[in-house]
Amino acid sequence: MNAQDLTFFGSIWAHWLSWTILIPVLGALAIAIVPKDRHTLMKGIALVVSLVVLAMGLTIWFSFDPDSAAFQFAENMKWIPGIGAAYLVGIDGMSMMLLVLTAFLTPIALVGTWTSVTEKMKGYTASILMLEAGMIGVFIARDLFLFYIFWEAMLIPMYLLIGVWGGPRRVYAAVKFILYTLVGSFLMLIAILALYFLHGRLTGIYTFDLAALEQIALPFGPQMWLFLAFTFAFCIKVPLWPFHTWLPDAHVEAPTFGSVILAGVLLKMGTYGLLRFSLPIFPIAATIAVPWMATLAIIGIIYGGLVAWVQKDIKSLVAYSSVAHLGFVVLGIFTFRAEGLSGSILQMVNHGLSTGALFILVGYIYQRRHTREISEFGGLARVMPIYAAFLLVVAFSSAGLPGLNGFVGEFLILIAAFQVSPWMAIPAIPGIIIAALYLLRMVRGILWGPLDKEENKVLKDLNLREIVTMVPLLFFIVFIGVFPKPFLRPLEPVAAKIEKRMSSVRQPVRYVIETPTTVESEEQEIQLKAEEPASDTEPTESDELHSAEMVK
Amino acid sequence: MTTALKLVLLFPLIGVVFGLSFGRRLPEKVVGWISSLCIGAAFVSALIAVTGFIGLGADGVGVSVRLFEWISTGPVHIDATLWLDQLSSVMILVVTGVGFLIHVYSIGYMHGDWGFGRFFTYMNLFTFAMLLLVLGDSLAMLFIGWEGVGLCSYLLIGFWFEKDSAADAGRKAFVVNRIGDAAFISGMLGIFALFGTLEIQEILHNSHEILAGGGAAVTIITLLLFVGATGKSAQIPLHIWLPDAMEGPTPVSALIHAATMVTAGVYLVARMGVLFQMAPVTLVVVALVGALTAIVAGFIAIAQHDIKKVLAYSTVSQLGFMFLALGAGAFSVGIFHLMTHAFFKGLLFLGAGSVIHAMADKQDMREMGGLKKHLPITHATMLIAGLALAGIPFFSGFFSKDEILFEAWAGPNGHPLFWALGAIAAVLTGIYIFRLLYLTFWGTSRVPDDVHPHESPYTMTVPLMILAALAALGGFVGLPQVLGGGAWIQEFIGNATGAVSHAVEAVGGHAEEATHGNSGLQVVLMVVSVLLALTGYWIARKWYGRENPYPEVPETAAPGLWKAMRQKFYFDEFYFMVIGRPLQKASEWLYRVFDVKVIDGTVNGAGQVTTTLARWIAGLQVGHVGSYALAMAGGAIILMILLLI
Repeated sequence: MNAQDLTFFGSIWAHWLSWTILIPVLGALAIAIVPKDRHTLMKGIALVVSLVVLAMGLTIWFSFDPDSAAFQFAENMKWIPGIGAAYLVGIDGMSMMLLVLTAFLTPIALVGTWTSVTEKMKGYTASILMLEAGMIGVFIARDLFLFYIFWEAMLIPMYLLIGVWGGPRRVYAAVKFILYTLVGSFLMLIAILALYFLHGRLTGIYTFDLAALEQIALPFGPQMWLFLAFTFAFCIKVPLWPFHTWLPDAHVEAPTFGSVILAGVLLKMGTYGLLRFSLPIFPIAATIAVPWMATLAIIGIIYGGLVAWVQKDIKSLVAYSSVAHLGFVVLGIFTFRAEGLSGSILQMVNHGLSTGALFILVGYIYQRRHTREISEFGGLARVMPIYAAFLLVVAFSSAGLPGLNGFVGEFLILIAAFQVSPWMAIPAIPGIIIAALYLLRMVRGILWGPLDKEENKVLKDLNLREIVTMVPLLFFIVFIGVFPKPFLRPLEPVAAKIEKRMSSVRQPVRYVIETPTTVESEEQEIQLKAEEPASDTEPTESDELHSAEMVK
Repeated sequence: MTTALKLVLLFPLIGVVFGLSFGRRLPEKVVGWISSLCIGAAFVSALIAVTGFIGLGADGVGVSVRLFEWISTGPVHIDATLWLDQLSSVMILVVTGVGFLIHVYSIGYMHGDWGFGRFFTYMNLFTFAMLLLVLGDSLAMLFIGWEGVGLCSYLLIGFWFEKDSAADAGRKAFVVNRIGDAAFISGMLGIFALFGTLEIQEILHNSHEILAGGGAAVTIITLLLFVGATGKSAQIPLHIWLPDAMEGPTPVSALIHAATMVTAGVYLVARMGVLFQMAPVTLVVVALVGALTAIVAGFIAIAQHDIKKVLAYSTVSQLGFMFLALGAGAFSVGIFHLMTHAFFKGLLFLGAGSVIHAMADKQDMREMGGLKKHLPITHATMLIAGLALAGIPFFSGFFSKDEILFEAWAGPNGHPLFWALGAIAAVLTGIYIFRLLYLTFWGTSRVPDDVHPHESPYTMTVPLMILAALAALGGFVGLPQVLGGGAWIQEFIGNATGAVSHAVEAVGGHAEEATHGNSGLQVVLMVVSVLLALTGYWIARKWYGRENPYPEVPETAAPGLWKAMRQKFYFDEFYFMVIGRPLQKASEWLYRVFDVKVIDGTVNGAGQVTTTLARWIAGLQVGHVGSYALAMAGGAIILMILLLI
């Protein structure tokens, strides 16, 4: 990074991550001043902006050092020094992957649903861009306070997307979505504050800096409570069984764009939170929680699949399938093993691709037929062969067919779980049979059988725009399945780091639990104080990076 | 040689890409021939690779060709590596050779179908996946091929997707296979946990060190792998999908559901032979399941009217024979029968396809009879295949089946009981195949007046003739010593499972050579097995060699048994009652009661309570922003104080 170049580009590059948030916000502002009836212009702005963000995301991907566990592209600016909140952003392999996923899915979902919304365009397009900014913010924030702000901010555009542009029961679904999440995030807020004060009391430093908060060894009691509060919020978001009932409603009622982003990105916030906060900050509590979390995850895998199997509405079928898929991700996270962790993160991306693609495909036929009942279709492969081919590939990716992306993640997760204990892996395995059951039932209902409904006989196959939307998704579905290495590589350091963190507490569990680790916190205090004149924040591995970038 | 081996995989892949790009645009002939030639080129490459390999010495160790690193994360390292040894040599030659003939045949058979291009794309994809399955050096690679062929099978069974029965059959095949696959995956997880790798050769090499002479672990793992094999190879209790799979076009039945894919389970067991040898319990299970399947499917085959259903159950039964051989510890003999079966059963299906073609898509044998004069080539070739299947000397099936029966008795893990079960199945084989020939080709014609049977075009009959030559003579590569042969093919394959022999010696079992000394018994059993086949023929002749074979003799003699046989011993009905319906009911309950009422009810109930509370609290709201801010600040301060104390 040539951050020191005091050129125009140099200063932009130094704040590259911030620009990925700022540009969509600016785009939303631009849309705000466009005259009300210029729908195409608004969509055009949204598309161009999201493509710019995608280009920035790809730049990040290619200039990212995949072998480093450090937080790269880090920025550190004073924000609210009074309470120790700073504007800290930075990405490791996991954040990078999810950032790129967000930047990738937003324009795709936008193009895929180009003609599906026709009213209140200004609010719609602006919400899309604000949503993108919020989601990226969640993935790059390195300060808990900042994280929380993005976490809440992102809810609002999603709430609007469901509540304004959704289906007939949109208000119920939107309120349910927001209340569910708020219950969790309110607990998380309290926990964030508690963590802040606890850290302050233990070390004398009042800060929201994650890197600092990660280092303290919390006493057993608070650790348990805070873990529960954080994890509860994330489990709702995942959603882990039995906190999932907001999801089918939200998906069914949301407009296609909302469903794609909800499944593609928003659900990953929960698992991201588990990996970013619940595990590293509360390792002992997380270790104790393993049997519980694994049980809930496995119930989710089986239960989600079985319930998906009997759905009549395609969208709610896919929604319940997400419960099952995310169950696999949670299972992988709580193996605390490198292959399980990287498998889980990869599976988050995989689920984003395949479920995102599924929702887009459902949107295509919904727009043609204005129904999502499986029984309303049948035999579409005859009139829509391209659509059929796409749906087949995506369905099999979701079913975890080897050679496509879904298998790689699932397989790594199962391998890791089995190493921990066969009882953690074997009960989840019927899930892959059930996945075949519900996905093939869907394919059978939509594509195969006689073309016996008059309305279906005149359906047109996908147009160029619709094909162009699907091609990149399919490309990565196949690519990750055949050659997952470039996607696993940046996750390796992250996974290794979390594994190390988790195993460091595993041996002397009881001992560490009972004694407040004064030695460690003292050490830290000294370190932190030494750093203070330079900045009131943390000593991290990425320090050199952002201190170099702090030109001012 | 390594290049040739890569080309073996590459050519079918080119065919797939070609089919996807041009399959719908170019004329039938071009698409069909280019797709077929891709497989032909793969066959030539396979020949070059195999001769190159044999050139290194027919008893040499395998050659591995590393393509790229597939997964590498944490302790998991899985390479995409190909492994060519004697076992995979035989497999790739069968797959590409028989595959090529069936592709050419399909050009004639699929003529005029609107999905012509799609058909060939799927067939090429299938060939690719099947080659990956047999060439993969890691269980993960093998599994990719394994599921890949499952996918193609699904697509090809449901090829005429507008027929509900075809679409349902495809789905059933995939789901039933997935049950086996779930067990396969579990087995792989167990292997990885023990060995820390999925590379097959490494596993086999280290098995004695790590498993230290058997134990529960190896028994469980091999049983899981075997459950996987029963799914793919249609053995009891997972055999129910294969007969339904006949909904697919007939070349598909020939290639996938007779010659190649369904034998993948046999291949898997042979490939992992060292592990199976270490688990005697598993081997007994394998032998018993195989023998039982051979008998049950043989009975069902006798009572079917649909010509393809007879052949389908015959396939299930013959696969049972192969597992019987494996269970007896005679791995190379199982593979030998796999090979001859690919010739004669592929031929029988293609012949049946030719008959169906001639009969304007009729498949019911009650409407056939006397077709010999209309379809001379089809008749002659199918007769050869039938003789091979029945085990009449010296057709190919005779050598392999005879050897299976012998090994069942005297093999490393053999037992006279296994032989007895196999003998019953051998008689049944004779009955159903000669019944098929009588009802189709011989006797008087029952063909309806509006059907005018005619011989098929050359693209169809030439492959029939080539396969007939193989079905007739293909067995001589395995001519046993007692007949003056060298049992060349068994020795050849035995080199790949050579590790097996050594392994067995190490655990204290006896190697395959042990069986070779027993020539007296072998001659006796050989004579007996010929008599068994002739008995089958004699019964069929007595029952069906009449002017009017209907109503069939066994039907009047034992109506109860006949009905059970016609209804396939009620497996489907049983599964539906015991698993299918309860599972669906349970899922409905989970959704309608548990999800909607219990969980969501709780949530909505909580919401209701909150709303009521909120109404009450709303009285406190006065509408001044200032007072809210004050309250918020106050709350925050209280919170902080609480936390600080």
